[in-house]
Amino acid sequence: MIIKQLSVFVENKKGKLASITETLANNDVDISSLALADTTDFGVLRIIVDKPDVAYRALTEAGVVVKITDVVAVAMDDVPGGVSGALNVVSENNINIEYVYACVGKTQGKALMVIKPEELERAEAVLYQAGYGKISPADIYRI
Amino acid sequence: MILNPQMECMPREEIKKLQSERLVWQVKRMYEKVECFRNRMDEKGLKPEDIHGVEDLSKLPFSYKSDLRDYYPYGLFAEPLSDIVRVHASSGTTGKRIVVGYTENDLKIWAECFARMLAAFDVTKEDIIQVSYGYGLFTGGLGAHGGGEYMGCTVIPMSSGNTQLQIQTMVDFGATVLCCTPSYALYLGEEVEKMGVKDQLKLKVGIFGAEPWTESMRKEIEAKLGLKACDIYGLSEILGPGVSGECEYQEGMHVWEDHFIPEIIDPDTGEVLPEGSTGELVFTTITKEGFPLIRYRTRDICSLNYEPCKCGRTHVRMRKPTGRSDDMLIIRGVNVFPSQVEEVLLKVSGDSITPNYQIVVDRVNNNDTFDVNVEMSEKLFADDVKSVERVEGMITEKLRSALGIGAKVHLVNPNTIKRSEGKAKRVIDNRKLV
Ligand SMILES: [Zn+2]
Repeated sequence: MIIKQLSVFVENKKGKLASITETLANNDVDISSLALADTTDFGVLRIIVDKPDVAYRALTEAGVVVKITDVVAVAMDDVPGGVSGALNVVSENNINIEYVYACVGKTQGKALMVIKPEELERAEAVLYQAGYGKISPADIYRI
Repeated sequence: MILNPQMECMPREEIKKLQSERLVWQVKRMYEKVECFRNRMDEKGLKPEDIHGVEDLSKLPFSYKSDLRDYYPYGLFAEPLSDIVRVHASSGTTGKRIVVGYTENDLKIWAECFARMLAAFDVTKEDIIQVSYGYGLFTGGLGAHGGGEYMGCTVIPMSSGNTQLQIQTMVDFGATVLCCTPSYALYLGEEVEKMGVKDQLKLKVGIFGAEPWTESMRKEIEAKLGLKACDIYGLSEILGPGVSGECEYQEGMHVWEDHFIPEIIDPDTGEVLPEGSTGELVFTTITKEGFPLIRYRTRDICSLNYEPCKCGRTHVRMRKPTGRSDDMLIIRGVNVFPSQVEEVLLKVSGDSITPNYQIVVDRVNNNDTFDVNVEMSEKLFADDVKSVERVEGMITEKLRSALGIGAKVHLVNPNTIKRSEGKAKRVIDNRKLV
């Protein structure tokens, strides 16, 4: 399913990352997943939270540059080969993947993964057809 | 040695008389020949007959660098092109170009002005001058060249670049005088040390200008090249190198007052300041034929010293400029205005608001560093690292093509650039140049 992810610009300076998670905590926002892509100068922090809109507002008010990006969340069996199975489905359908990361927890015995494909809706569709079942938003945002 | 004692040591009363005569002549001919000047005079309700001498100088209208752009290319020339024998232009790295022109007589005067400084340091026709300023539209190369030839020296028209060959030439040709920018002199000095050829050099004097430099740089250049380092000042709008230069006592630069009248004004009000004050330097060219200017605002901040000099020359000495009255920065010899940076950022942001930015300039190992911090915005930000790097790269590239020099661009968090009284401090210049 397609979910909302927050992409946050982070300068590579001491304490910047901590101040972001602190802002979220102060606004009663739960982080279910967090991944950082960085260079020596800056990083892009990607977070999945239970209340994306609240988080967006809180971070913007705190002077942080943040964007809401749509990504695909996939639930899969927590067994060896589970991740590559889902990724293969996407690439076999000639959909490029920009990035991918795993979520921290599990839901209903399944592992969760976040994929940013070039064609969002088509990626979701092919995954669904391949048997990667629907999951409810609550499951993802509240792992 | 004093090249032209009659002029250089003229009693001050006589200088004033000479300047008055020449000013009256210049105002009259410019009123006839230069539209921009005539309009400014008319706006003030002034006629050439109202100007009787230097005491009336402050009545005259100012001229500005923007005039040179507005009347590009030949609109400010006071002689027909048939009498203009050469033009020079600013390098074109900063916005629009400016063009200046010289008659044959102008070139003679320029050469003499430069040569006066050579003579002050006992450079004679026996000397061999290596001119390592760039030749071309820039006034440095040909300006020094003309001065050397005027003295009857042997001139090596080396131009800038190719450091190994520069040093080899100095050694092989037995150069005794070096003309270049101070930063290049220092670089040459470092290379000479590396090559271990200092004892093969015959250099005794170096004439360095065209960019700001410090006393500690002077000492370093002198130690590395084994010469006496001298400071020369000039700007192409007025002449080129040689508007003023140090004498053997090196306590300020004598402004050649038989050709240029300097004034120090308050850059905000335009009022002439009392003798000895620090303010904006303004020049009036009283002998220039091809491209004369009245009360030209240099934007350089300095002071004038009318006290008699130990050398016997009576012409006023100007202190090395300590800054600018506008916000222009000179970085690696290139003029940079914060407004140019702002323009680039505005274009890149695709927004009607310029992203908040800050320019940080420093000098590390005698090289200028130039960093531009830009506050990140939602418009500039994208979800992946590559796009952010692309934005950084695009800003860097656009700055390079707009300014002519490279800057290091850093995207920073919003609201992290310090603001003073609500307005961000745009420029931090950490170079200690005084
Ligand atoms: Zn002197």
